[in-house]
Amino acid sequence: MVVSGVDKVFNVGSADEVTALSGVDLTIGAGEFVSLIGPSGCGKSTLLRLIGDLLTPSVGEVTVFGKRAHAARLDQDYGMVFQHAGLFDWRRVAANIELPLELRGWSRADRATRSAEMLELVRLSEFGGHYPRQLSGGMQQRVSIARALSFQPKLLLMDEPFGALDEMTREHMQLELLRIWRETGTTVVFVTHSVSESTFLSSRVVVLSARPGRIHSIVDVDLGDRTDDTREDPAFFAKATEVREALRGGEVVR
Amino acid sequence: MRGGRTLRMVVTTAMALLLVVILWEGYKWMGGQTDDHWPGTSIGLPTTTDDLTMPHATDIVGELFEEVRDGRARLPLYLFLLKKGWYTFQEAAIGFTFGLAIGMGLAILMLRWRVVERGLLPWINVSQTVPLIALAPIIVTWGRLHDLQDIFSISLIATYLTFFPVAVSALRGLQSPDAAHLELMRSYAAPWRTTLLKLRLPAARAYLFPALKLAATLSVVGAIVGEISIGTKTGLGRAILEYAQRYAVSPERLYAAVLGAAVLGLSVFGLVSLAERLVMKRAGGTQRADGVVA
Repeated sequence: MVVSGVDKVFNVGSADEVTALSGVDLTIGAGEFVSLIGPSGCGKSTLLRLIGDLLTPSVGEVTVFGKRAHAARLDQDYGMVFQHAGLFDWRRVAANIELPLELRGWSRADRATRSAEMLELVRLSEFGGHYPRQLSGGMQQRVSIARALSFQPKLLLMDEPFGALDEMTREHMQLELLRIWRETGTTVVFVTHSVSESTFLSSRVVVLSARPGRIHSIVDVDLGDRTDDTREDPAFFAKATEVREALRGGEVVR
Repeated sequence: MRGGRTLRMVVTTAMALLLVVILWEGYKWMGGQTDDHWPGTSIGLPTTTDDLTMPHATDIVGELFEEVRDGRARLPLYLFLLKKGWYTFQEAAIGFTFGLAIGMGLAILMLRWRVVERGLLPWINVSQTVPLIALAPIIVTWGRLHDLQDIFSISLIATYLTFFPVAVSALRGLQSPDAAHLELMRSYAAPWRTTLLKLRLPAARAYLFPALKLAATLSVVGAIVGEISIGTKTGLGRAILEYAQRYAVSPERLYAAVLGAAVLGLSVFGLVSLAERLVMKRAGGTQRADGVVA
């Protein structure tokens, strides 16, 4: 996945014109777990939406799996997870997971089989018949991840998916996500504003600076397979510090 | 649990009815004692309480069992009103159905094209300021020119009242999904029609049903006013018109007919509520699976 020379300007020509991103180049390999981190207003969500073709770049090009992002979206190559689970209240949990499959014209039986597999993957097997409202926030977010993974997208785009969760649920979900990532081999682009979260999860952390949003630096994180112990590993702290300093550096540059 | 709720509703309704009767008779009795003044003052009551203005509740109910003529047959008033009410119900139902279809259609058009919304919405609002009494003869004359049966002309009048709340609330409901839901559908490359069917229409239901209850009651009003203003030979409106002209002779009869109209209004309201329950049954409970109360 390649982002090359991308600028994104909102409200071009009007008084509230904003340059959200400027001169962004980024290449992400298949199977990588990459985090985008930066102060609010640095355009990390914008970058994620450019990759997903929910926005189009003002200048430059985004290529996903060798084709333009637009084509990749039409081919339904990626799944999205937002900060809020965004489940449909009127659908049962299983039906929520099956939504993308329904849109692709899967048969009822195939959909049921897949949603059962997905529920198992996110460890919610007993809850397929529940309505979203009956689940806790963390469970809803797991359903939303299952929904995004149900059609086995090659690319998973996540916009602060754990931002609304409490600390304990969040740490649990991080481990779950890593397990799913290892099991499915999908590529993940993960937007967060938490230093420890980005360090813990990713193989690379992309640090952005604000106004206009640019890539300040990219920190490689090589901590092997993460477990709960990783959080107390000195190597983890060292990397987190590196990311934090890069983040501060980004702010000073302004 | 379920049966308990139904029982409670029946009891509540009965109590409310009883309360109305007590208030009615109490006010009437008080007026009789004080010569239509507030007790201990010289301030007159807003309405006189003689039997012509306010017949006894028992007389009104009793009137329901008096025999009246219907063509050549004779039958109790309540059966007569039921028959006429059924006719009016049909007009209202046709009007409601058309109003629902037109309202939904307009809402979808306005959703699809912003320009339509900007151009149409003011006219939809203006449409409701036209007095029904002025509109009814126009619709009927037009209908007769086009060999339309009167029942359809009356239905059109009901349609005119019902499409408005449907259009306005449906538009709101269709626009209600938040950005994240729309982005999700976009990420699936879902075409506009699919987003409408899978996301916008289901989301609109919660907005639509309160408006449908209003529309159902309005459709009855429309049908009755329609009947009165075009002078049909049947229907509840016709009965009300006739009894209004004979009010001085038997006021109970007009009150009984109005009671019939109220019952009809409540029935259609109830029908829509029932439909709502069937459709919204899927909305899910409030108890969370992990036992935490949200």
